[in-house]
Amino acid sequence: MTIIRRDPRAEWIARNRLHPLHGKLQQAEARWMGPNGLIRKNPHAVGFIGPNGIKRIDRSGAQQGGSARQRSAAVEAVQLPLHVVAQPAHYICVVPDMVGGRLSSHDKDLLGLARQLAGNDGAVLAVVFGEHKEGAFDTAGVDRLLLIQGEEYEGYAPEQRIQALAAVERQFAPRHWLLPDSRMGGAELGRRLAAKLGERPATRVWQVEGERCVGRAGAGREDLHRALPRLILAAAECAEPVGETRHEALPLSLDNSVARSLPRIEDLGPVAVDPAQIPMAEAEFILSGGNGVKNWDLFHQAAQALGATEGASRVAVDDGFMPRNRQVGATGTWVTARVYLAVGISGAIQHLQGIGACDKVVAINLDPGCDMIKRADLSVIGDSAAILQALIEKVSAWRQGGARDAA
Amino acid sequence: MTDLNIVTLVSVGAHPTSGRARRAEQDARAVELGLRLAGEHLRVVHAGDPREEALRAYLGMGLPELTVLEQPAGADALPALADFLAEAGAQLVLTGSQAETGEGSGLLPYLLAERLGWPLVVGLAAVEKVEQGHAQVLQALPRGQRRRLKVRLPFLASVDNAAPVARQSAFGPARRGELQVEAVPALTDELFADAQLQPARPRPKRLKVIKAKTAADRFKAATAKASGDGGQVLRDLTPEAGAEAIFKLLVEEGVVR
Ligand SMILES: Cc1cc2nc3c(=O)[nH]c(=O)nc-3n(C[C@H](O)[C@H](O)[C@H](O)COP(=O)(O)OP(=O)(O)OC[C@H]3O[C@@H](n4cnc5c(N)ncnc54)[C@H](O)[C@@H]3O)c2cc1C
Repeated sequence: MTIIRRDPRAEWIARNRLHPLHGKLQQAEARWMGPNGLIRKNPHAVGFIGPNGIKRIDRSGAQQGGSARQRSAAVEAVQLPLHVVAQPAHYICVVPDMVGGRLSSHDKDLLGLARQLAGNDGAVLAVVFGEHKEGAFDTAGVDRLLLIQGEEYEGYAPEQRIQALAAVERQFAPRHWLLPDSRMGGAELGRRLAAKLGERPATRVWQVEGERCVGRAGAGREDLHRALPRLILAAAECAEPVGETRHEALPLSLDNSVARSLPRIEDLGPVAVDPAQIPMAEAEFILSGGNGVKNWDLFHQAAQALGATEGASRVAVDDGFMPRNRQVGATGTWVTARVYLAVGISGAIQHLQGIGACDKVVAINLDPGCDMIKRADLSVIGDSAAILQALIEKVSAWRQGGARDAA
Repeated sequence: MTDLNIVTLVSVGAHPTSGRARRAEQDARAVELGLRLAGEHLRVVHAGDPREEALRAYLGMGLPELTVLEQPAGADALPALADFLAEAGAQLVLTGSQAETGEGSGLLPYLLAERLGWPLVVGLAAVEKVEQGHAQVLQALPRGQRRRLKVRLPFLASVDNAAPVARQSAFGPARRGELQVEAVPALTDELFADAQLQPARPRPKRLKVIKAKTAADRFKAATAKASGDGGQVLRDLTPEAGAEAIFKLLVEEGVVR
C-alpha cells in the first residue's frame, strides 16, 4: 500500500494567490492525480488565448497549447499519407492534357479514375510531353511520372507523340490507357493512339463500374453500356479526383529512344485571330474593365496591344461604356478564360460568380481591401490608367524586340 | 476553287430533340467546305441504306449526285469506305468529327487514315491554298484559336463546328439529285454483340464534398467566400514596376504572343 504524503505548507501556498511562491507551486499540467487518487483538472490550464485576447477551449483536441504554437500549427499544411507502390504489378497509363502546362480539372478526374483502376498493387503512370509547370503531381495521384521532352514534340506534333506513346506501350504494356476526351488535345491523341494500337476505345466515358463502363453515344441522346476496354477516353467528372493520399510521382524514363517519324503535317504556327471575334465564354485571355476605368480609349488600346478579348463589369455596361454582350458575371457571360485581367473592378459577388472558372486572375485596383484582390493571384495596387499605359508601352517594346530577334 | 479531287463522307444525323433523321450538322459543314473548294466536282459518299430520305437533304445543297455504298444497318462502314477511297483517287477526304447516331465515337477518320496511310488533320477550318502536292490549311483550336498547317496530299480532314455553316438544302435539287447505289460486301460490327445503347441518363451532378473533420472546419468551409487564399499583392510600386509584374505573368502563361 502506498502512503500518500502531503505537504500542508505547499498546499497552503498553492491556495494563497498572494503568496510570493504561489506561481511556482501551481500545477503545470491540466490533469493530475489528486492525493485521494481522484483525477483533478485545472480548467485554467486548458485552452489558449484566441486572436482577440479571449480564452478559447477547443475540445476537438486540434488546437492545443499557447497562441504562439497554435499560429504555426495553422500554417503547417496537412501531410496526407503517402501511398507507396514499390513493385507495380501493372501500370495504368494516363496522358493528361496539361493545358497551360498544368493538370486541368479534367486531368485530375482522370487520375482519380486511374487510381481506382490501379487498385493496391498497380501504379498510375502519367506521360507528360514537353515542359510543364505542375508542382502537385503527388497529390493528384501520380505514382510514376514519365516526362518526354525534346524539340520534336513541340508545337503540333501528334504523329511524333503517337510514336512516343507506342514506345511506352512496348516498354510498360499498361493494363489500361486513359486519355481525356477533351478538345484540348486528348480526344485527338487518344483516337490516334487507338488507330495506331488497333484498340477499340470506349469514348466519352462518364462512369466506370467494375468491368463495365458507360459512355455517351451519338449526339448525346443515348448511352452506350459496354465492357471496359483497354483504351478509355473519359469525359470530365468521370470519377472523383484523388484527395486523401499522396503519391510518389517517381520519375521514369524510356529505355529506347523514340523513332523520329518524318512529319507529314508541318506546324506553321498559330494564326493571329481578331480577339473581338472570339465569343467571350470561350476566350482564353480577357481584359475586363469596371467602374475604375476612367479612360476607355486607353482601355481599348490596351486590349488591342495585349491581344485580349474585352469584358466589362455591369457598372461599365450600364454606364454605356461597353456593349451589353460584354458583361461578365451572374447576369452576363460566365467566362472560362485562363487569364482574367480585371481593371478597376471591385469584385462584387455577382461578378466573381462569372469568373469562377478562370485560372489566373490579375487585378489592378486602387483599393487593397476589395474582394477582387482576395480572389486574384496577382494584384497591383495603383491607378488603372497609369498601369495600363505602362503595360501598353511594355508590350509594344517587347513586340518590337521580338520582331528584331526573329529578323 | 481548285481542281482537287475531293470526296466528302456523310452520314445520317438525328435531330437533337425529336431524334428524327436529318442531315448531320457536321457532315453538312464538310459538304459545304467541299462545295466551296471543288464546286460541282465534289463527290459525296454515304455507306448505308440508299432508301433513307434524309440523304436527299445533302443533294439539296446543290449536288448532282450522291454515291451510296449499300450496307445493312449495323454493318461496319470502314472497309467499304477504305476500298472506295483507295480506288476513287481522292486527294482530300472530308468527314464530320462525330456521328449523331450509333456509337458516335468519332473514330472513323482516324481508322481510315491509318488504313490508307494518309495524314489526318483534325478540326479543319479552311483550306488556304494547294500547290506542289501540299495543302496549306487552317486548323480550328479550342477557344476560337487557329493554327496554320502544311500537309501533303492526299490527306483526310475532319471538320467540327468551326467550319463554315452549311448552306440551306433546297427542295427541288433534293428531288432531282440522283442516288448512285453500289453494292459492297457487308461486315457486321461486333461491338453490339456485347454493348447496348440506352436512352441517355442525366449525369449525376458533382457535389461539393467538404472533407472537414471538425465542426469548426465545416463552419469555415460553409461560410468562407469562394475565394482563394489570396495571391500576391503588390503595393506602392511605380506603374512601370506594376506593369512589369503583370506582363511577366502574361508571358509566363503564354497569352501574350
Ligand atoms: C441582380 C444583380 C445582378 C448583377 N449582375 C452582375 C453581373 O452579371 N456582372 C457584374 O459585373 N455585376 C453585376 N451586378 C452588379 C454588381 O453587384 C456590382 O455592382 C458591380 O459588379 C460593380 O462593378 P465595378 O466593380 O465595376 O464597380 P465598383 O464596385 O464601383 O468598383 C470600382 C472599383 O474600381 C476601383 N477604382 C476606382 N478608380 C480606380 C482607378 N483610377 N484605378 C484603379 N482602380 C480604381 C475601386 O477601388 C473599386 O474597387 C449585379 C447586381 C445585381 C443586384
